[in-house]
Amino acid sequence: MRNGTTDLPVLKTFRAPAPIAPSGFAAPTILGGGTLAAFAMLFGASLALAQVTARPVGESAVTVLLRWAPLIFQGFLFNILISFLSMALGTVIGVLVGIAQVSLVSSVRKTAWGVTQFFRNAPWLVLLFYAMFLLPFEFRLFGFTIAFPAWVKAIIGLALPVAANVSEIVRGGIRSIPSGQWESAESLAFTRAQTMWMIILPQAFKRMIPPWMNLYAILTMATTLISVVGIQDGLTITRAALVAESRPELMIPMYLLLLLMFFAYCYPIARATLALERRFNVKA
Amino acid sequence: MIASYFQWLNDTHGLNFSVFYDAFDRSRFLTGLWTTTYICVVSIIASMVLGLIGVWLAGGDSRLGRLVVRGYVQFFRNTPPLVQLSFFYFAVAGLLPTVSDGSGGQSPLVSGTGWAIIAFSLFAGAFNVEIFRAGIEAVPSTTVEAAESLGYTRLQLYLHVVLPLAFRICLPALNNNLINLVKTTTLAYAIGVPELLYAASQIWSEMFNVREMMNVLLVTYVALVAVLVWIMGRWEKAMRIPGYST
Repeated sequence: MRNGTTDLPVLKTFRAPAPIAPSGFAAPTILGGGTLAAFAMLFGASLALAQVTARPVGESAVTVLLRWAPLIFQGFLFNILISFLSMALGTVIGVLVGIAQVSLVSSVRKTAWGVTQFFRNAPWLVLLFYAMFLLPFEFRLFGFTIAFPAWVKAIIGLALPVAANVSEIVRGGIRSIPSGQWESAESLAFTRAQTMWMIILPQAFKRMIPPWMNLYAILTMATTLISVVGIQDGLTITRAALVAESRPELMIPMYLLLLLMFFAYCYPIARATLALERRFNVKA
Repeated sequence: MIASYFQWLNDTHGLNFSVFYDAFDRSRFLTGLWTTTYICVVSIIASMVLGLIGVWLAGGDSRLGRLVVRGYVQFFRNTPPLVQLSFFYFAVAGLLPTVSDGSGGQSPLVSGTGWAIIAFSLFAGAFNVEIFRAGIEAVPSTTVEAAESLGYTRLQLYLHVVLPLAFRICLPALNNNLINLVKTTTLAYAIGVPELLYAASQIWSEMFNVREMMNVLLVTYVALVAVLVWIMGRWEKAMRIPGYST
């Protein structure tokens, strides 16, 4: 044993693990700031590199980037809007399908299970194509013409996998409530519908929030898929900007800018999900 | 027999499943299926290796290593995979030198398929780090201490005690992530890799059978995922230790 040190970890001095911030929010926010700062530095470095390697003619890289940044940000905001709308639509459908998955009627239960599995296991991009190509661009209902512009179809296409995932979240949440709750409600002469709405769902709701938020973050990142089917979102605008400027050295800073926007939006959601999971003590 | 049935279906009902009777379309579709399978298998293996390396560094003594792993995981988990892929294919690929392709032309160092594999491996690898870490944390500390007291080095401890147990614990989560990876491979369409979705879109734009191809495509992907689920289920069953956990 040299200088009293040892290779055996059990003989090393005990070091307590870092304490978790009591609120569950304070420490992660600081950490997130660090990561964000690190990537902002990376972005700055790539921009500086672009500035240095740029051809002497023309504007500086920073000027070009500043000119396009507001437009890219607008595209990014459109991504967020799409994510809100498809999350809302997907949640409404998903809750209904999820409740159908625990139905007492076997045929309803099995159909809901089949639908959920199918849409959960199909790739998002394929479902998006499905909605884009197979939905009519308008349809007539009692003499009214309801228009289906591309972005509405995109919302429906993204809502399909979201609904299937929400359905599983709801089913899991309902199943996680101890059966004693059902039995005691039954003994108090609650009907099944009353038990579901007044006893089971309010308790399950709390447990469904973290996975639901997680799903929202995944959906937000998936909204860039709409650029593949020709909708003007953040990614489309970034590409268009690069084509318009035809400055290859700007490619890395521009893509990093878009990545940073998504990171700055999705990372706090991920941290909040973790904090809520810890608070509700739900094991994933 | 099958070909003539689908030919008949096309002639009488107008349901044009060209992949089942047209040899050219079938070969295109099968090539796409092969490319998708290839990307899946290579990315699955690479992402698991990345996950293992990441979790080794994350539990290591090097502070820099821990920070790098944390940054990598957070960055790839919280940004859209499609933008990551575009970033690699359009931006990073531009920095790399081209190589001579032997017939006087220049071809990129890494092909579209190559970049797709790199991007998907990094994306899935970030999730795998977290999954493996959760599995390792779930190994009882008394087991680890017992092995340490027997004089195992850190590498031996990992290889013989921690990983075999942790792997069994994290298989269900790994399963989910790998299924997700299979679904993510469709994004390669965006950079023109001739995978399944790309092949299907080529067929439907020539044969005008979007509806039929779309259904064939969905069923194919669900079948691909089902095969993976089946393999992982078999594996999970084979690795089960009777009496250990559930």
